Amino acid sequence: MDRADDKVIIDLPDPTLPEERRAIGVKNPHDLEGLRNLCAATTARIGVGRAGPRPRTRSLLLFHADHAAAQDAIYGEVAEEVKAKLGLFTVKTQVADRDEYLLRPDLGRRLCDDAKATIAARCIRQPQVQIVVGDGLSAAAVNTNAPEIYPIIEQGLKSAGVSVGTPFFIQFARVGVINDVNAIIGADVVVILLGERPGLGVADALSAYLGYRPGPGKTDADRDVVCMITYHGGMNPLEAGAYVVELIKKMLRHESSGIGLKIKMSGVE
Amino acid sequence: MLLRTRLYGKMYEFRTIKELLAKANEEKSGDRQAGIAATTAAERMAARHVLAETPLAVLRQNPVVPYEEDEVTRVIQDAVDEVVYDEIKGWTVGELREWVLADNTTTAMIRRVSDGLTAEMVAAVTKLMSNLDLIYGASKIRFTAHANNTIGLQGTLASRNQPNHPTDSVDGIRATLYEGLSFGSGDSVIGINPMDDSVDNVMRLLDMTYEVIQRWRIPTQNCVLAHVTTQMEALKRGAPMGLMFQSLAGSQKANEAFGVTVGMLDEAYTLAQKHCVSEGPNFMYFETGQGTALSADAHYDADQLTMEARIYGLAKRYRPFQVNTVVGFIGPEYLYDATQITRAGLEDHFMGKLTGVPMGCDACYTNHARATQNDIENLAVLLAAAGCDYFMGVPMGDDAMLSYQCTSYHDTATLRQLLGLRPLPEFEAWMEEIGLMRDGRLTDKAGDASFFLQR
Ligand code: B12
Repeated sequence: MDRADDKVIIDLPDPTLPEERRAIGVKNPHDLEGLRNLCAATTARIGVGRAGPRPRTRSLLLFHADHAAAQDAIYGEVAEEVKAKLGLFTVKTQVADRDEYLLRPDLGRRLCDDAKATIAARCIRQPQVQIVVGDGLSAAAVNTNAPEIYPIIEQGLKSAGVSVGTPFFIQFARVGVINDVNAIIGADVVVILLGERPGLGVADALSAYLGYRPGPGKTDADRDVVCMITYHGGMNPLEAGAYVVELIKKMLRHESSGIGLKIKMSGVE
Repeated sequence: MLLRTRLYGKMYEFRTIKELLAKANEEKSGDRQAGIAATTAAERMAARHVLAETPLAVLRQNPVVPYEEDEVTRVIQDAVDEVVYDEIKGWTVGELREWVLADNTTTAMIRRVSDGLTAEMVAAVTKLMSNLDLIYGASKIRFTAHANNTIGLQGTLASRNQPNHPTDSVDGIRATLYEGLSFGSGDSVIGINPMDDSVDNVMRLLDMTYEVIQRWRIPTQNCVLAHVTTQMEALKRGAPMGLMFQSLAGSQKANEAFGVTVGMLDEAYTLAQKHCVSEGPNFMYFETGQGTALSADAHYDADQLTMEARIYGLAKRYRPFQVNTVVGFIGPEYLYDATQITRAGLEDHFMGKLTGVPMGCDACYTNHARATQNDIENLAVLLAAAGCDYFMGVPMGDDAMLSYQCTSYHDTATLRQLLGLRPLPEFEAWMEEIGLMRDGRLTDKAGDASFFLQR
């Protein structure tokens, strides 16, 4: 029998390598050089071309591969070294495990009793600023960016003469947990650094959510956010840290945050 | 009030209209999270049997959040056309369902009745409908609106060009905008979600998109989806804005968590009418989505579908150019999987239409939900068949800033060619004029962002 398949050789380069990923898919573009420049201006999947009205095979398969990888990345844990490096002790919300975290955001906004006791025992009270770190929806975001941004914020505040409280880590945290935190701490401003939900392009973006005197009844309208903090196409953590420090100073100066701060500053700035 | 039925010999009783509505709802993880869902499938069906016999007047008299406590309830109740309401108040919810679907009920008749409905009635009839009911029912209802072009016409399918960028790079956003335009996306709006919500940044993005619109004489409108207060400030400082945007929720308390009130929205609407650069008379754009009220602990033990219906009632006050649900955007805590996302997409679209607004859908999912791109493509086909006014256009469906996946530039082009749908008429004429479209199909030049480097 004729073994034709001996002659079949399919040996592919990794389609996720940058040069493969960014290959132009448009056949006969109006301006190839121009199209290259357009594509270089963004991480969005442009310049992909089409097969009839549908995507071309390469870009379609790459998209599906990226989705597969993103789903695998959802369940990560914040590394102990990262917490140790930043000197964070760990407490938990009322969430028991990762599945419950995804389905019960209400529990992720409340500290468990153990957490309250630990925080009460270990933290200084009424600093001007309290920083906490939470896992949120991406442990990778915390692992890569928290060690970078945290020292910038802390030093920035200290050199401006602003007092900073005892930092800690909250597992299974949602943004709203800062209300419970501040019921114990009594800081003027609370900052929570936590992982944003992972996207296909960026899976390690960190956000800093901030509130002036958070507490019972305070909502997102009373908060501000600095988002997309990542080296992978977002705002780099060093720059973001400086930005957060400036925002905190504004909050302290205007004794306000969120929409209230916006309204106070409109026309003034 | 006695609300009960036997089903297979077993008695099911419901204490209030709110409980009845919640238990009649199709299964949603958000209603479970809230602890208000039916506990068995049989209980759910029993609730539907009772709901089907409930007169519309009873729903009007029992809003899920009291009139005295909540401005969204007041907006909806005060807007009811009492003449129309008097004609229909004796109908049961089951009768309303059959009336909407009936062969001799015309679009014009539904439009008129829609002014006599409250959100609780809209939600109730939706709960009785199967998926195909929702598709067929919605296909009978169109509302048109005009800014620089006309949305909502039968036979059209528009696309919001959503050229987001993770750091709001003006060049990056412009490049993506070109890509979308070259596929025919951007007729509903060129709408950017900003990473940075500052007034300066919002103005910069409005300036850039307006410049492209002017340079290419595109019959469309621009929008930056920052917080409404930021947009108001930008408008006051003279930014060229086509549409004013805000996300809305279904109760006063939930809107307060978004930092908005009816008073603030009224002010924004007045400002938009005065200062937006589009012709109008419609200037507003709203987004919605099941679960936002619960997320702000402002759902008053009502189910997420009923809270969603109330948003459309509020949106209608501002004669919006367009409204869309962002179904599946938040995550599995409100809509667990593809089945729930699909169902909610069809429900929201139907409810928006029945309430009386031009209605689109951001058919989407996050990476922590149990859904895939195939599910979203399916939903888009179902919605296009239902007469959905527009979808989102994002490069390959992957949003570089919001970290979720939705419909792509390719998808709208495909749906148009598949189902014989057209872009908005003014926009299609423009596409023909510049040579990107002929007889409703893309030309060889289409799908190439560099086409727009010519001017
Ligand atoms: C999911 C989401 C939402 C959801 C949140 C609902 C929920 N229960 O999860 C909904 C759709 C309700 C929403 C609404 C809005 N959002 Co939003 N949202 C996001 C998104 C895509 C992901 C957030 C995330 O991963 N959170 C992490 C998890 C772990 O947090 P969580 O505790 O589960 O959820 C809380 C936060 O997400 C928070 N939140 C969400 N958006 C915003 C916006 C602001 C200003 C604040 C203070 C808090 C906040 O609300 C949730 C409940 O407390 C980000 C994009 C990004 N790259 O981060 C934009 C983003 C944060 N949102 C943004 C904006 C502008 C808004 C709106 C103001 C839009 C509008 N014009 O109305 C509204 C109102 C927000 C408010 N004040 O309440 C901007 C913020 C820009 C900035 N630098 O200020 C972002 C960056 C994206 C964008 N360009 O639109 N949002």
